[in-house]
Amino acid sequence: MAGFQQSVEATIPALRRYARALTRNSDTADDLVQDTLVRALRSEHLFHGGDVRSWLYTILTNLNRNRLRSLARRPFLMPLEDNDAPDMAGPEAGQRDIERALAGLVEDQRAALLLVVLEGLTYREVAEVQGVPIGTVMSRLARARVQIKSYLDGERPALRRIK
Amino acid sequence: MIDRDSPVTEDELHAHVDGELAADRQEAVAAWLASHPDAAALIFAWRAQAEAIRARYGAVAAEPVPERLKLDRLARNGRSWRGIAAAAVIAAFLVGGFVGWMARGASAAAPDSFELLTTEALTAHRLYIGEVRHPIEVGASESHLLPWLSRRVGTALRAPDLGGFDLKLLGGRLLPGINGPAALFMYESGTGERYTLFCTRLKASRTALRYNEANNFAAVHWVEGDYGYVVSGPADKFRLKSIAKAAYEQMENRPPASNRSSADQPMSRRGS
Repeated sequence: MAGFQQSVEATIPALRRYARALTRNSDTADDLVQDTLVRALRSEHLFHGGDVRSWLYTILTNLNRNRLRSLARRPFLMPLEDNDAPDMAGPEAGQRDIERALAGLVEDQRAALLLVVLEGLTYREVAEVQGVPIGTVMSRLARARVQIKSYLDGERPALRRIK
Repeated sequence: MIDRDSPVTEDELHAHVDGELAADRQEAVAAWLASHPDAAALIFAWRAQAEAIRARYGAVAAEPVPERLKLDRLARNGRSWRGIAAAAVIAAFLVGGFVGWMARGASAAAPDSFELLTTEALTAHRLYIGEVRHPIEVGASESHLLPWLSRRVGTALRAPDLGGFDLKLLGGRLLPGINGPAALFMYESGTGERYTLFCTRLKASRTALRYNEANNFAAVHWVEGDYGYVVSGPADKFRLKSIAKAAYEQMENRPPASNRSSADQPMSRRGS
């Protein structure tokens, strides 16, 4: 099924972007993409039509959730998740701010927000990827936006541990 | 008709920012925003967040795709060496904590008994995962599964909840093991991958999780309280170790750190 592989291939750059924003670490992100692709190739026979792109986002989102769960059992691994480069001024600092604001979100909220604003998925598609009703996607989105806003407005709550 | 005072919900404000607002509400929301500066400021802030996120990460999609993510290569090799190396490092970290924790009781045990244990488990794994119609003897839905296997094997068994790995318990069976009766639980993923958990009495001191690989299959074993446990599955070291670790933690009744929903069978605690 050459069409399937072509669709997968065409999605790789977007998957890398999503994974990078989700993990904020380029190696971890590409590992996730690689696992996603391997899983997709292996399960090609189970793909019964539909949107390949959504399907790949689903696999990646689930793999990342599993990854965080296993990390959460070993809290001392948390520093791997942080980006400890020193603060800078200028546009770089703004980028770091949004990075840290994202880091402070609960995983499901972060994924919902990124799928909408970075990947351009519709609410319905995000609901399918996350396996929840649209109402849940909306509340995740709302909570993510409130928290990012309060972070950027200077409240800066202590970064919460990744669940 | 545009009702300037029609209540605009917060969901509609998000939909407005994300281009998902129903066509027949667009004018109403725009009018409402014109007279509600607080809401308009919120919209402005949310748009700025989205812009910042795109500015930070948007360019990643324009980067050249690294060699290790090329499909031809992945189809040929499965995980590339770099992926394997990365997984191994992570696995080493994960297991490192364990080894430290386990080390307090560990002492050298006869390696042969471990080898036998793994061989036994992998033999059963290979034999039964290939079964289409009869992979198990007693289904997960039957309430006597755990009491029965616990009684025959001689310890209170639990079938860990591996839903976090997309693995569902199919059921289990009783096997003749070298040291006595053995229990085999089988799990299946949505994509048809099968994993088994093997348990039998074993006289050996406690060990940390150990990984072994043979002919596309791999096994992680550990020994705890006179019983040996082996988790077997496809030779994907990182995944298998994560699964084995989750199984281990649940069998030892340590509460998981994340509050996942637990479909864990309410079987009694391990005696000891």
